[in-house]
Amino acid sequence: MDALVAQLQMQYRNYTVSLYQQGFLDDQFTELKKLQDDASPDFVAEVLSLFFEDCVKLIGNMARALDQTGTVDFSQVGASVHQLKGSSSSVGAKRVKGLCVTFKEYCEANNYEGCVRCLQQVDIEYKALQTKLQDMFNLEKQIIQAGGKVPQVDIN
Amino acid sequence: MNWALNNPNPEGKEPRTTTQSSDFYHLSAKDSPQKSRKIDFWRSGLMGFAKMQHSVAVKMNNGNNNDQVGNKKGSTFIQEHRALLPKGLILWTIIVGFISRGIYQWMDDTSKVRREEVLVSMCDQRARMLQDQFSVSVNHVHALAILVSTFHYHKNPSAIDQGTFADYTARTAFERPLLSGVAYAEKVVNAEREMFESQHNWVIKTMDTGEPSPVRDEYAPVIFSQDSVSYLESLDMMSGEEDRENILRARETGKAVLTSPFRLLASHHLGVVLTFPVYKASLPKNPTVQERIAATAGYLGGAFDVESLVENLLGQLAGNQAIVVHVYDITNASDPLVMYGNQDEEGDTSLYHESKLDFGDPFRKHKMICRYLQKAPIPLNVLTTVPLFFAIGLLVGYILYGAAVHIVKVEDDFHEMQELKVRAEAADVAKSQFLATVSHEIRTPMNGILGMLAMLLDTELSSTQRDYAQTAQVCGKALIALINEVLDRAKIEAGKLELESVPFDIRSILDDVLSLFSEESRNKGIELAVFVSDKVPEIVKGDSGRFRQIIINLVGNSVKFTEKGHIFVKVHLAEQSKDGAESKPALNGGVASEDITAASKPSSYNTLSGYEAADGRNSWDSFKHLVSSEELLTSSEFDASSNVRLMVSIEDTGIGIPLTAQGRVFMPFMQADSSTSRTYGGTGIGLSISKCLVELMRGQISFVSRPRVGSTFWFTAVFERCDKCSLKKPTVENLPSSFRGMRAIVVDAKPVRAAVTRYHMKRLGISVDVMTSLRTAVSTASGRNGSPLPSGTTKLDMILVEKDSWISTEDIDAEIRQMNSRTNGNVHRKTPKLALFATNITNSEFDRAKSAGFADTVIMKPLRASMIGACLQQVLELRKARQQHPEGSSPATLKSLLTGKKILVVDDNMVNRRVAAGALKKFGAEVVCAESGQVALGLLQIPHSFDACFMDIQMPQMDG
Repeated sequence: MDALVAQLQMQYRNYTVSLYQQGFLDDQFTELKKLQDDASPDFVAEVLSLFFEDCVKLIGNMARALDQTGTVDFSQVGASVHQLKGSSSSVGAKRVKGLCVTFKEYCEANNYEGCVRCLQQVDIEYKALQTKLQDMFNLEKQIIQAGGKVPQVDIN
Repeated sequence: MNWALNNPNPEGKEPRTTTQSSDFYHLSAKDSPQKSRKIDFWRSGLMGFAKMQHSVAVKMNNGNNNDQVGNKKGSTFIQEHRALLPKGLILWTIIVGFISRGIYQWMDDTSKVRREEVLVSMCDQRARMLQDQFSVSVNHVHALAILVSTFHYHKNPSAIDQGTFADYTARTAFERPLLSGVAYAEKVVNAEREMFESQHNWVIKTMDTGEPSPVRDEYAPVIFSQDSVSYLESLDMMSGEEDRENILRARETGKAVLTSPFRLLASHHLGVVLTFPVYKASLPKNPTVQERIAATAGYLGGAFDVESLVENLLGQLAGNQAIVVHVYDITNASDPLVMYGNQDEEGDTSLYHESKLDFGDPFRKHKMICRYLQKAPIPLNVLTTVPLFFAIGLLVGYILYGAAVHIVKVEDDFHEMQELKVRAEAADVAKSQFLATVSHEIRTPMNGILGMLAMLLDTELSSTQRDYAQTAQVCGKALIALINEVLDRAKIEAGKLELESVPFDIRSILDDVLSLFSEESRNKGIELAVFVSDKVPEIVKGDSGRFRQIIINLVGNSVKFTEKGHIFVKVHLAEQSKDGAESKPALNGGVASEDITAASKPSSYNTLSGYEAADGRNSWDSFKHLVSSEELLTSSEFDASSNVRLMVSIEDTGIGIPLTAQGRVFMPFMQADSSTSRTYGGTGIGLSISKCLVELMRGQISFVSRPRVGSTFWFTAVFERCDKCSLKKPTVENLPSSFRGMRAIVVDAKPVRAAVTRYHMKRLGISVDVMTSLRTAVSTASGRNGSPLPSGTTKLDMILVEKDSWISTEDIDAEIRQMNSRTNGNVHRKTPKLALFATNITNSEFDRAKSAGFADTVIMKPLRASMIGACLQQVLELRKARQQHPEGSSPATLKSLLTGKKILVVDDNMVNRRVAAGALKKFGAEVVCAESGQVALGLLQIPHSFDACFMDIQMPQMDG
């Protein structure tokens, strides 16, 4: 049993580090995790689900705005990108945030092509992140079910 | 405004009225020169007097005028009548001309009178002498007549004949010098003619022809004659018309009678014939004419040579040549006959004198007229006096005129200057006003700019942008500081700066100032230290802001101009410095101090950093006096006065001030030289402001400086003693009291620096022993030398080591390590903590320190009590607490800060909101969220219970 836990813990640690190393996450996520304590056990999951809901909604908005043939309301797109940027930096979704910065620049430059490309990338990226995080939570659950403790991961 | 203006009449009018009236007199009195002369004289005297007064008044005007420089409408009498000045000059010239003329006339008249008097006296004298001579001659003739009467008629026969008579008369001729000769003619009536002729043997002849006389009633033939006139014998005197008349008149009157003048036969001189009657018998008293005629016996006659008579006479008298004399017979007044004198010789016709002559003949009248031969010359004194007077008068007039013109000009210039001065002052005021206004106007927008920059810096900026913005902010702050200085300067100039009086803590102010410059001084590697004497009260009353400003300015200058060495700020009572420092003369780079420099060069100086300082006052010799005097004197000595006079000195070892520039250091906008501002920046206004401020604080500011050695500025300021008053707001950094009663050893070879350290430690309540060598300190601490602490204290809390002392002591590291390890092993004894003081420290030094056991702490200079306190706190007591909170104590403090606080978080982004809320909740805060500005505003309606509100600055609809 202990061996299983240890293995799972090892796996979890490696996975988390890989997430950081691949640039999916940054320090903000660590901070977020620190805020989770006994008073709010599902804080991180809660926040993340809010984030992904946001992503869906905002990306939909942007796609609709960019689908408009003829006149594209870049300011509306920009506002959504800004929101997304804020959300992603709050949760520590590093890649999404980076994309949003580029996206916003295209928006401000009224670059339709760039915007569309970025939108697609953001869509891909947040879905990838969702998958990864889902995997991580699954691992955590397994550890807890195995009677172990989710280890603190020191990124540095 | 001045006397002459108020009373213009006394001087102004008098001369003119005098002139007019005297002119009037002059006109009316022309006929009598005597009178007019007098008036002229009186007038000239009065004029002179009036003019004198006038000139005096002029001078007084002038003086008054000079006194009353400030008066704007200072037009004087002269000023008002400037147009009359040339007319006045002309009038004055005319007046002087008149006076000169008057004087000339007066002098001329005087000389004429004198001349006349001389003439009169001369003439009268001549007339009298002539008369006398004449009468003497007449008397002789009279005597001759009596002789003839006596010896010819009363003797019978006659005692006289022609021979006797001729002989006698010739011999007595000297008595009758004027008579050419005398002859006697007997009265012969026609009846007796024949008998007479026969008796004498000649016939009576007429005078004209010499023929025998025709028959007449009566004859007067000459019977006796002097030899000189012997040709007259036998001639009938009555045959001549004039002679006959003479004879008749003579016998009627019984006196000598004269003919009118005629040319004498012999000499052709003008002459007269004198006839004297001879009576036969003595006449009764008061005889009638008939009786006389009847008694007449004959006639004695003689010819008077008047011409020679007068000539003789004049020859006898002095001054003969000067006058011309004429003698006239004026019996017939309408046709005066000349008796003497050349008619052609007129002489000076303007002046003559008549003298009456009485030759004893009642029928004939004579007069003498005298004239000067030459015209009266103009006297020399007149010739000199009058032109001289005229010239002087003209000169005086011209001088007065010149003076008046000059006064007018000076006054004009004066008014012009005054006006210019007023304008210049106005311009100066306007300049200050303009400067103040402009500065103020610049300050307002600048504050806006700075605020905006500060806000801009708070936003998300790229590093380049941030750099630009920060630069802009720094520049803006510099500009604001400059403007404030200019405003200060203008305020001080306008006298509008007022000092406030609030209690403040000098030491904390100095600490603040120190902390301001700590960064810069540390970068430069300068020791920056402050020392406040114990005598200085904790809290004084005064203008802390201005006090701070002065010190910041001075210290700022020192930091600016110092590249190595130290800056040492020292505060003590002014009374103390008198005791300690007056023995040393302060020389600004003089020769004497050069000698001192040369003498003491090899050894290190007893100053804070070991560098030489310009003023010896802060060196250890006098400083220890100051420190020791603190312990000796009781503070009660100074308690009597309610004021406390502080002396602050700021010593640096910078570039110093060139000797040539030392004089103008405190002048506004002056720096040592223009290259200074290029090298170091600054406007040079700071010192002048400091000087003004110090003077406002009833103090003085001065300095001692030696080029390339350093400067020491010092100033005094008077503050109110404020023992009882406490600070309203607690000092920001209250010194921790946890160190009270602790003991420490300070290891420092430099006594001044050690004293400074001790001062700071003392403020923390730590008693300090100073040791000069680290080795002794270490051995003391490790107890190898038994119990060597001077005070016998066993408890030692810390050893504070100056970096220089540590570096210079070789091979000490091992001993320190040993000591540390030994004491660590000994549980019972508390380890003395080691701390290192350093101004700046290199990494290698730091590593070495760590290895040597100074791991505990390195206290960076400049020393401040609060900083030492904080560091020591870390070292001594809070080590455990630090371990509990590796990131420092901030989370704990945050928690205590936020617990129970109600906070509103506004963000449209749900994720953000959630994170923020979570974070805040973690620290115990109660969080309320709002997703938009409107909702937030609704929640924030007053009254609300929120302690804080965090808001996203960029939100749709309504941002932060």
